[in-house]
Order: sequence, then structure tokens, then C-alpha cells
Amino acid sequence: MKSKNNIYKKLFVSSFYLSAFTFGGGFVIIPLMKKKFVDELQWIEENEMLNLAAIAQSSPGAVAVNAAILIGYRVAGILGAIITILGTVLPPFIIISVVSVFYTAFRDNLIVNAVLKGMQAGIAAVIADVVINLGGNVIKGKDIISVLIMAGAFISTFYFKINVVYIILVCGFIGAIRTLFHSNKNKKDDNL
Amino acid sequence: MILLKIFWSFFQIGLFSIGGGMAAIPLIQNQVVTIHNWLTLSEFTDLITIAEMTPGPIAINSATFVGIRIAGIPGAIVATIGCIFPSCIIVSLLAWIYFKYKQLTVLQGILSGLRPTIVALIASAGLTIFSLAIWGDNGFSLDFQLINYVSVIMFGLALFILRKLKPNPIYVMLGSGIIGGVIYMIL
Repeated sequence: MKSKNNIYKKLFVSSFYLSAFTFGGGFVIIPLMKKKFVDELQWIEENEMLNLAAIAQSSPGAVAVNAAILIGYRVAGILGAIITILGTVLPPFIIISVVSVFYTAFRDNLIVNAVLKGMQAGIAAVIADVVINLGGNVIKGKDIISVLIMAGAFISTFYFKINVVYIILVCGFIGAIRTLFHSNKNKKDDNL
Repeated sequence: MILLKIFWSFFQIGLFSIGGGMAAIPLIQNQVVTIHNWLTLSEFTDLITIAEMTPGPIAINSATFVGIRIAGIPGAIVATIGCIFPSCIIVSLLAWIYFKYKQLTVLQGILSGLRPTIVALIASAGLTIFSLAIWGDNGFSLDFQLINYVSVIMFGLALFILRKLKPNPIYVMLGSGIIGGVIYMIL
């Protein structure tokens, strides 16, 4: 019972402080979650984390909240999901509640702006670090289609600004076709 | 009654914003400014600025901000719950399907196509923030005078520390915020 309470506590604390430091969209929190839950706590495998990120991105609503629900559920069931939702929603809720009282002063504050500008470089470095690991693993997998999907998806979203929903649909479709094609080929090979 | 209205508005925002924060902005504007007149357009612009300056998803930030202005803390709570309610239901359903059928060949295939896609999306988000840090709002440019060298050095140092020492990334972000903040205030 004690270890279970420990897991709940760790889930809440982890999701709370990940959320408190996630400046910028959902794809900033995914690398942080990967570092926390895959590398540090080792509760989730790298591939499974990417699967959960894909589901979070394909569902309506904020990616950070969706990913938190999935991780909480994966680690500790429904109660885990409720805990990670609370952990993820509370920091922005508290911060905005406070800021909304004097928001013009906050918006125009020079110190706040300087710190935020400084943080951009750090956030970019954290994401670069995770991308080097994840992208390196995709390339090391030596699966040419996966590498092409990664390159194509990157060009589509970064240069052509194509809506992420279409990219997800097309890449999921390519993955399904590839697997079906492979399993058909294996069946034929078995028959020979 | 007003609480019900707030709930329903943010329920729709949560339900129809697929694909992350930026996709939610026009939906929020439509509900909050156009339909209900809860905020003026300039207040809405302030809201987006503040949402980008504070942590957390834009939809949740907006829900709290609008809720509190219309109906105080209860308004903020109701708006936030409305906003995450569709997520909870749909994601739980997808999670259930995923954990039940993840051995299925077709689902494995779809996910094998989505994993490299997610890496690409993370890379794209990272590069967007990188170019914001280095070149500011104007984006990539070959003009060396436009490069923010403080950002370049801090990025290089932070990445080096992350690769070599593998510290908790939160400390790297906090550290760069404090060091950068001090440098920018002095300059």
C-alpha cells in the first residue's frame, strides 16, 4: 500500500512540475515527459512513450493534458489518470489566476520578458537533446521507410506548415499499409 | 446559468481543437469574443500574449483567464473542467482500445508509422523555438547582425551540459532563464 501511495505521489509531483515548466505547446512537454518517465523513472519504454504521444496528438484537446491522461492511466489506472490530470492542470490554473489580477503589469514587465527570452535557449537545447536521442534511434533502426516518414513529416510540418492532423493520418496509413504488405509477404514466403 | 454557458463554450473548444495549441486559438476567439462578447479583441490579444508567457496549454490558460473574469474562481474551475472534459472521455476510450488491442497487426502498423512522425513533430517544435531564440520574431536570416549571440552561446552550453552531464532538464531551463535574464537586463 505504501509503495502504491508512493507511485501516486510521484505521479502527481512529476506531472505538476513538468506542467509548471512547459512554456510553449504540447511538443515541449513530450520531450520532458520522455526524460522523466522513460529515462529517469523507467516506468514506460521509449516506443510506448512515442505511441502514447501519437494518441495524445490525434485526440482533441490540449496535447499536454491528453499525454498526462495516458501516462497516468498506463502507470496507475484510472486513479493515476485523475492524478496526472490534476497535476497538469493545477500549475497553469494557479499561475493564470494570480496573473489575471495584474496582467498588464505582468505583460509589460522587463524582468519577466528577459527571463523568458533567456529560457528559450534552454528549452531549445532540451528539445534538441531529446531529438538527437529519438531521431538517432530511428536512423539506427535502419528501416528506410521509418526514416523517410520522419523526414517527410518534418518537411511537411516545418516548411509547408501542413496541418498536423493530415500528417498524422497519412503517416498512420503508410504504417498500416507497410505492415499489411509485410505480413502478406511473410505468409507467401511460408507457403513456398 | 452563466456557469453552464462557460462550461458549454469551453467544452466545444476542448472538443474541436485537434492538433495542439495554435489550432485552439481561432476556436477560443470565436467563442469568447465573437459569440459571447466576454472579452474585447484587444483583451483577447493580451490573453494570447500572457498564455504564451506562462506555462501550460493555451486552452487551459484561456479557460482560467476567461472564467475568472466572468464568474470568479468558480467560473475558472467550470471553464477548465469543460475544456478537459472531452479529452478525458475520448482519450480514455482510445487508451482502452490501445491497451486492449495493441498486439493487433494493423494497430502496430499504424503506430510504427506514427512514431517517426512524432519525432519529426518534436524536432519541428524545437527548431521553431530555436529560431525564435536566435533570430527573434523575424525568423531565420543570413544577416549576422540579426543573430542573438547570447542565445547561441547559451544554447550551445546548455546542449553540451545536457549531453555530457545528463542533469534534470528543468534545471537547465531555469538556469538559462536566470542567466539570460540577468544578461539581458544588463545589456
